[in-house]
Amino acid sequence: MIREIVKEKTLCYHCGDPCTSKTISVYDKNFCCDGCKMVYEILNKVELCDYYDLNKNPGIKQINEVRKDKFAFLDDEFVRSKLIHFKSKTQSHAIFYLPQMHCSSCIWLLEHLHKVNKGIISSQVNFLKKEVSIVFDHGAISLREAVELLTSIGYEPHISLHDVSDTKIKKYNRSEIFKIGIAGFCFGNIMMFSFPEYFAVGIMEDVALKKLFSFLNVILALPVFFYCASGFFVSAFKSIRQKFLNIDAPIALAILITFSRSLYEIISGTGAGYFDSMSGIVFFMLIGRFFQNKTYNTLTFDRDYTSYFPLGVTVIEGEGKETQIPVSKLKKGDRIKIHSHEIIPADSILFLGKAKIDYSFVSGESLPIDVSIGEIVYAGGKQTSGAIQMEVVKEVSQSYLTQLWNNESLKTDQEEKKVSFVHAVSRYFTLILFTIAITSAVYWFIVDSSRVLNAVTAILIVACPCALLLSATFTNGNMLRILQRFGFYARNANVLERIAKANHIVFDKTGTITLQEESNLTYNGAKLSEKEQQLIRSLANQSNHPLSRTIVAALPFSLSLPAKKVEEQSSKGIRGEIDGSTILMGSSDYVLGKKENETDGSKVYVMINGNISGSFTIKTKYREGIKELLAGLKEKYKLSVISGDNNSEEYQLRNYFGKEADLNFSQKPQQKLDHIKSLQSKGDKVIMIGDGLNDAGALKESSVGIAITDNINNFSPACDVIFEGKQFSKLQLLLNYCSRSKQIIAASFILSILYNIIGLYFAVQGELTPVIAAILMPISSISIVLLTTGMSSLLSYKLKARTA
Amino acid sequence: MSVILILVIASLTVALGFLAAFIWSVKSGQFDDDYTPSVRMLFDETPSKEINNNEPQKTKQ
Repeated sequence: MIREIVKEKTLCYHCGDPCTSKTISVYDKNFCCDGCKMVYEILNKVELCDYYDLNKNPGIKQINEVRKDKFAFLDDEFVRSKLIHFKSKTQSHAIFYLPQMHCSSCIWLLEHLHKVNKGIISSQVNFLKKEVSIVFDHGAISLREAVELLTSIGYEPHISLHDVSDTKIKKYNRSEIFKIGIAGFCFGNIMMFSFPEYFAVGIMEDVALKKLFSFLNVILALPVFFYCASGFFVSAFKSIRQKFLNIDAPIALAILITFSRSLYEIISGTGAGYFDSMSGIVFFMLIGRFFQNKTYNTLTFDRDYTSYFPLGVTVIEGEGKETQIPVSKLKKGDRIKIHSHEIIPADSILFLGKAKIDYSFVSGESLPIDVSIGEIVYAGGKQTSGAIQMEVVKEVSQSYLTQLWNNESLKTDQEEKKVSFVHAVSRYFTLILFTIAITSAVYWFIVDSSRVLNAVTAILIVACPCALLLSATFTNGNMLRILQRFGFYARNANVLERIAKANHIVFDKTGTITLQEESNLTYNGAKLSEKEQQLIRSLANQSNHPLSRTIVAALPFSLSLPAKKVEEQSSKGIRGEIDGSTILMGSSDYVLGKKENETDGSKVYVMINGNISGSFTIKTKYREGIKELLAGLKEKYKLSVISGDNNSEEYQLRNYFGKEADLNFSQKPQQKLDHIKSLQSKGDKVIMIGDGLNDAGALKESSVGIAITDNINNFSPACDVIFEGKQFSKLQLLLNYCSRSKQIIAASFILSILYNIIGLYFAVQGELTPVIAAILMPISSISIVLLTTGMSSLLSYKLKARTA
Repeated sequence: MSVILILVIASLTVALGFLAAFIWSVKSGQFDDDYTPSVRMLFDETPSKEINNNEPQKTKQ
């Protein structure tokens, strides 16, 4: 067998990353790092190498070595009791969230954990939720060891403060499925027992048989009325108590009247009742609701700071002894040790080590900040270089970041205030319905008073706005699913309507329209010698300006030489004497003495000993297609930018956003929130597009908050829509698509009105027989479902054609 | 009449049987995760085998 030799790149057998110079070749296989090799060795030892056969290079890169005592906090009794949700004498059950899970190999390996360690009794994966539920023998293996086992094979569980907070995510709700199943069962059987009545056209010879069928229908209708339809009654009751008529109110009324009239007819022996139609509409409406509300298992829209914060932290006690304690037990005055790439859990003062804190998530500033000893470090920042020691000054719940989260304005539930289109229409609908009912009641009272009750109840039965509800739920459900295919995950159907109403889009900068941590540095001019590079690097190292930092990072490493007579003029440049040479770096008017046109990014000119060597051009990388996207959006929306970063990119942004756009820089999270608030108070409907915790307030305050993420499994702040970054250029098409949902609902609503008119034609005459109702109901329901799903699918087809 | 009665009872019994099966399936969690089982059933149970150095069969998901 001839194997194809891949010449250009050797891929790591474990994780599939291209191997660099440090390739480790053992067992006839290549690995990119020691971590990957180790995982392979573990799996090889226990004969679980099928893992590699199911998918090509399924592993997770093991580049960051995990500290040995990282999970020591799991030995804490309090933490353990929160994570283990069931414990018997011999076994414990725990569920872990493993964001790394991505393919069938992962499922296979995680369900064979018992082979890796005998202490594991069984493990089961829920792939969509990325959870593994593990049953282990706590006599043989501790919770900590189980977590370390997962970590050792590359699946480090994400254990955050949220896991031990009391507000646990509620368990999967099965009652909706029960209701649908039972309603379907009753509907089918009631239909079957009603057929003899319909075919005999009202004259059934055997009276006893007729009675038996009616009696069975009553029994079968009871669970539909009392259990399956209960949701509609509860919702209607709530809406009436809030003095607001929602669509469930007329539906509940129709169900109630149908039920009581049918019951009366059967008991008095005057008719067969409309139980089949009643259970039918309940069945269809429940399906519609289910279809619309089936949320994405993998995504959470309500994350708060507890999901970001680690659970355990290293505390240094009296004689330098390190212990792990849960973050929630952290007190003011505790000395904590933060390792590289860990998040700081509470506002603290630095007293040992070199702190380089990445606040991009909290404040939106793109570059890490150096913090000197004695300065305060805010919770939510991420240490990026080495271990540091700090003293806690505020408890976790009182930190700057968490306070922002506890801000009053964030708590108000906006859902209540916004009246949905469907509810608004149903209100008019109900009004018209009552007018017709009263008119015909008056008419029949004059003509033939014995038919008043018959006509009025028939009107209320036939004109139930269930068709409207059906069209709304099916359209929205289908829309959400189609949008999902384009990486646009809306929280619920209500969001689509709010998008349609919006007229102002506010963007965050870092991570939203620019790509985080990626900027382009180019150098134009005379070639720099090694010595010159060292000089430039040494001077740039003196400055904290983001551009200097970028230059330092881009130049090859060299020892920093001591600089003399350093002078920095903020937002202009820096000068200094190093090793006998005078160096000037900065903007054109600082170095050259005249203003140059800076069109394509920020420029840093360099002058060494009076000679201009050249200039660095630093371009922030914008998302692809941003120019075309913004040009299109400009036509329809007002645009703004609120950035936590400084204004170094203003020129470029102005170029993209146009003259009218409102650009704001150096905005703190609270200011962002206030900005949105002031826009909304002026009557604008704002869509906020952001990415980090610093936007969390603004995202929640705005009419629609869209969180951009480059990996949907990463953590995104609480929002209405989670949107994949790589689809960003399609934003406008998707927003337009959302606005179409209303048109589809309106179209199908017109269709449902037609059915209602036919039904009403019989009803006002007092001649609505169960047969007519039983024919009209399924026809109208099915045709509406077909129309709405068909129309939204057609739109999605067009959308696909346009984006392809 | 009596024949129909027997048929009605028979049909209801069958229907109730299905309803009971449905309720059991929901309760046992079969509706909680509708993806993983579809993958799980494709795994071959290979209790112990030699490491195969030939080109392994690759199934892309």
